[in-house]
Amino acid sequence: MEFSYVPIVLSLKVAFAAVIIVTCSSIPIAALMAKREFFGKDVVESIITLPLVLPPSVIGFMLLYVFGKNGPLGKLFEQWFHTRIVFTLAGAVIAAAVVAFPLMYQSVKVAIENVDQNLEKAARTLGAGELRVFFTITLPLALNGIVAGLVLAFARSLGEFGATLMIAGNIPGKTQTMPIAIYFANEAGDTGQASILVIIMTIFSFLVIYGLNRWGKGSRRDSRGGGA
Amino acid sequence: MLKAFFQKKLPTFELEINFSLSNGILALVGPSGAGKTTILQCVAGLQTPSSGEININDKIVFSSEQGVNIPIRKRRIGYVFQDYALFPHMTVEKNVMYGKPQKGSIPNKALTVSNVLEMLKIEHLRNRYPNQISGGEKQRVALARALMTEPELLLLDEPLSALDQDTRSTLQQELLKLQVQWQIPFILVTHDLQEAEMLGNQIIKLDHGKQEEIRKFDVAQ
Repeated sequence: MEFSYVPIVLSLKVAFAAVIIVTCSSIPIAALMAKREFFGKDVVESIITLPLVLPPSVIGFMLLYVFGKNGPLGKLFEQWFHTRIVFTLAGAVIAAAVVAFPLMYQSVKVAIENVDQNLEKAARTLGAGELRVFFTITLPLALNGIVAGLVLAFARSLGEFGATLMIAGNIPGKTQTMPIAIYFANEAGDTGQASILVIIMTIFSFLVIYGLNRWGKGSRRDSRGGGA
Repeated sequence: MLKAFFQKKLPTFELEINFSLSNGILALVGPSGAGKTTILQCVAGLQTPSSGEININDKIVFSSEQGVNIPIRKRRIGYVFQDYALFPHMTVEKNVMYGKPQKGSIPNKALTVSNVLEMLKIEHLRNRYPNQISGGEKQRVALARALMTEPELLLLDEPLSALDQDTRSTLQQELLKLQVQWQIPFILVTHDLQEAEMLGNQIIKLDHGKQEEIRKFDVAQ
């Protein structure tokens, strides 16, 4: 059988879309959780982190329930956009976003918490309101953690298998992403296609981890700096 | 003109303070944990007193009775932090510019960055980052940044404690000069009685949150 690169394109599409959703949602939520105290915060924190430990099949099942034809959000989508989520690429994006979210969230939250509070206080004494403090001090100083979270979330989205299979299925050319293509190519005895995709995924994942480690070392060296 | 009388409950004792200051330098002296920084932070609005009133230039910025608590950014107070708290991702110039008022709210003082950098002899550091300059230079940048906001009151939290003796003596002299130049009251926190006696027109000793002794000298002009 000839090698098909379509799963790679689909995987990249899914991962990019998922990372955009995760970035836009995790930064404000992480900022809120890092800076504010409120009733039930521990419960919210646990729910947010849950996809990190739940089996992908459980997440897939829940997503099917929520976004299914008769599910609460599935119905809304059907009515408003005349489209469905299940067995479409949108479903794959949602699955990838849900599993990648906690990785990005934790990375961003730790980064925000690690910003020296004296710097934020200093900005307030210099006349800055809370939004200006956040965008000019907190966010730029948390950037390393945000980028690290972003890369991890991207890699996790690219590798998402279980939940994606349940909600988006295995439709070649439509929802068949790399990990799913590997599984079914192997099942069908097409080891050629499977091994090429396996090599691509492994090299990519290695580069992500290697790059993050190198970059982490570099930024630690920079921040040490030193007086004249 | 600053008038402050307030109480603040702390874990091990209650801070009780009552002072007024029209010009010159007020030195707050005391051992670590005496409540010196807490006083500064209450005046600045970084902490809230349990009760009392703080009045800057006849404007109430905090009053427990009237339920007034003006946010920090509207109090027009310059604050120099113990560890300088310079923004590490901004150059010296950007640090100093950060608090520049949008419109010159006090026209006769309408300051340019160059004025302030020159006054503190740090013009050559304009494009450097905080991790590329020495402790004494950081202190000057922190002072420049606080003065750029055209404050009505300047608070200094142990500004000289991390510096070597030579730099320290030089900066002590410059603080005295700056105060005369700016004609706004300074409150300086220090654990060094000698430094307090050298710089303070007024000295308050603190121990376990109690005001122990006040000395007033004539404001040197």
